[in-house]
Amino acid sequence: MAERPVEMSALRDALFCPSRRVFLASAGALVAWAAMPKAGFAGQARDPRFIAVILRGAMDGLAVVPPIGDADYPKLRGDLAIGTPGHEDVLALDGFFGLNNAMPKLHAHYQKGDALLIHAAATAYRDRSHFDGQDVLESGMAGPRASRTGWLNRVAAALPKGENARPVSGLAAMPTVPLILRGDAPTLTWTPPNLKTASADTLTRLLDLYTHEDPDLAKVLGAGIDVEAMARGDGADAAGSSGGITAAFTALASGSAKLLAADDGPRVAALSFDGWDTHTNEGADSGRLSGLLGALDAALDTLATELQPVWADTAIVVMTEFGRTARINGNEGTDHGTATTALLMGGAVKGGRVLADWPGLGQGNLYEDRDLKPTTDLRGVLKGVLRDHLGLAEPVLTAAIFPDSIGVKPIDGLIA
Amino acid sequence: MANTDGVTAYSRFGLGARQGDLARIGSDPRGALKAEIADPHVAVIHGKDLPDTVAALTAVRDRQMARKAGTLDKAKMAKPMLIEYRARIAQAKRAEIGFGERLAAFWANHFAIESDAGALVRGLAGAYEREAIRPNILGKFEDLLLAATRHPAMLAYLNNATSIGPDSKAGERRDRGLNENHAREIMELHTIGVDGGYTQADVIALAKILTGWSFGQSEKQPKRFGRFAFNPRAHEPGAETLMGVKYSQAGEKQGEAALAFLAQAPATATHIATKLVRHFVADVPPQPLVDGLAKVFMDTGGDLKAVSTALVDADAAWQAPASKLRTPQEFLWASVRALDAKLPPQLAQRSLTALGQPLWNPPSPEGFHDDTATWLAPDAMTNRLDAAQLLAQRTDIDDPRLLAADLFGDALSANTKQAIARAESPQQGLSLLLMSPEFQRR
Repeated sequence: MAERPVEMSALRDALFCPSRRVFLASAGALVAWAAMPKAGFAGQARDPRFIAVILRGAMDGLAVVPPIGDADYPKLRGDLAIGTPGHEDVLALDGFFGLNNAMPKLHAHYQKGDALLIHAAATAYRDRSHFDGQDVLESGMAGPRASRTGWLNRVAAALPKGENARPVSGLAAMPTVPLILRGDAPTLTWTPPNLKTASADTLTRLLDLYTHEDPDLAKVLGAGIDVEAMARGDGADAAGSSGGITAAFTALASGSAKLLAADDGPRVAALSFDGWDTHTNEGADSGRLSGLLGALDAALDTLATELQPVWADTAIVVMTEFGRTARINGNEGTDHGTATTALLMGGAVKGGRVLADWPGLGQGNLYEDRDLKPTTDLRGVLKGVLRDHLGLAEPVLTAAIFPDSIGVKPIDGLIA
Repeated sequence: MANTDGVTAYSRFGLGARQGDLARIGSDPRGALKAEIADPHVAVIHGKDLPDTVAALTAVRDRQMARKAGTLDKAKMAKPMLIEYRARIAQAKRAEIGFGERLAAFWANHFAIESDAGALVRGLAGAYEREAIRPNILGKFEDLLLAATRHPAMLAYLNNATSIGPDSKAGERRDRGLNENHAREIMELHTIGVDGGYTQADVIALAKILTGWSFGQSEKQPKRFGRFAFNPRAHEPGAETLMGVKYSQAGEKQGEAALAFLAQAPATATHIATKLVRHFVADVPPQPLVDGLAKVFMDTGGDLKAVSTALVDADAAWQAPASKLRTPQEFLWASVRALDAKLPPQLAQRSLTALGQPLWNPPSPEGFHDDTATWLAPDAMTNRLDAAQLLAQRTDIDDPRLLAADLFGDALSANTKQAIARAESPQQGLSLLLMSPEFQRR
């Protein structure tokens, strides 16, 4: 009598069942520092939470927070200049800048005063490799491959030790710790269960590679996916249901927030959302980027909702490795650039404004005649937040957290 | 420096390169492959937590008793299959080039058993592969054939354990009789092949010859329990004629003589050579290469080390284009090796199940097919991408460009190199590397 192992068929369905396939712009992972003292920093009643959100792939800041008041903006962005006459509307910020209308919830937080947008910001990295750019973003060093530890881990290690240093229980082990949290301080990992990571963007790239190198594999891969749904960039699966990316982003945000909200939970965390490398058909108005921003909007709002009890003591930084070219390329997309937008959010943030030393987009204003010129060092933003929110002293920030940043002053007044 | 032979050694003959392997193999990849199989026990697995067949059968029986008694506690149950998976992951990582591992997988699949056939076969599958297959892959084919044929897992799977000679003592007393299953598969699949020239009469003759080949199933007989045991009471008495040769030996000797004959038949040499070349080189095996291996097989009396060495020595085996798709198992092990990935056994089992090639659970006694068309199912590549992305998250390697160069050197196409370099994250770059034609094909 044949006895079927139940685990096989059940797992087959749960894990990779094609009919349930959802192509996600892959949600990254939460990694949280487990041993943060409950009492935040010594002797104070505050119990601050700090979350770093990494957008991998280089987000196009000019399409997220377009400078609608800059006369050169429509010239550079042509057909895709959202927020200018004849194009998709944007949400009003301060008159000079607008917010992509895929982010209404962020806009509401901005109006409440707990979202701060930062423009023309960049790390110390000035080349255009994703890997190296993310390495610098996460290591906090002045150049790539300079450290095996991440700045957020060094932050955790520098915080005063509390009594509540036991690891959080009940977390599923997750693969690996991203560079930003690698180091001596203990970390734990969590990732949403049963979420496939098959990314529409990765599929597109693979299909392109196969088309050039291996037509047989291209045929098979092409048969397995709904190319049109992918092109729409809305994360729709083959059956036509939508919301794949949003579901993935919010699942990650929701689970992370629940852990962070717990009394004995972690206090420092890193999340990442992938898929921002928009070389073709960027879709700032209604396509791929718009879909990603909508998903990010939902995820950030989920963090705010789930962290409500501790929102007043929460600060979130949203950042990406670099920006994209100021001009649209030949494929209605943008290529790797330099400065871009960053975002601070949370009840602890002094928001409701855009922080920018605007470099302009006119002749001679672009970095290497192609990118938005960096005028704000992201490390200055982070130093300001870490000093005023987590209580880290300036010498520690310059010596241990962001070495080689002695000339980069912490920005004052970011934290309420 | 170009080292395409080095790349071929790892992809075509081995389990794929680990970091630093391509540089290590140096200028004599053939020598390195032959050095790996110089040790006839290169693929033997040792492990304190790995049960031998007797212990594995005891565990199967204990579980059946507990189920009957209603005391089976699945949560507390050891997971025998996961222990086996864990050992195979470690073995895949440990293997130098992995030629021995590839041969072990080839022979385990040649002498396939099916875990889904029942609790007994499933419970013994890992021990079967470790005890009957792995120690014998570089010895005489006849010894491998005997070890596989005599193993309780095989005897249970192909029903020889319950095959009874009609005129034997047991047959006269009971209303049970001959079961042709095992005898047929020995000829059709394990030795001379479906075109080997046998008839239905030969199947019946071999089935009668093998009656009594069984194993101890009662724990009350500890010396026999879980071990091959010849049962004279079930053995069909008298001489039998198999493919024109008369076997008059008594008892177990009759079967040994018949299997020795089949193991050394020219049709077996051709069958094995064809399968080996199809597996390692090309779906349409180049005939001269097949003929060469078959000749070595015949000349050496089925010496599998000599045959494996001849494959490595043949220029044709290196010159064929990398047209074959890695099987799911080969893909998974190669990925684990490339990334030095931390892969828990549960995930390995899940991934291989999703990709359609769980360990020791093929759809039939024929084993898994290893031609490319079999694995190019409509959702094959998307499923592989799922697995690739899973693995890419389970490594500490964070520069896919360096890894790609390390594993493939100059053999990487410009398109693949560019796709990896342009990836938006290290994980995406690693996924694309694992999915690249260079990694998928061998």
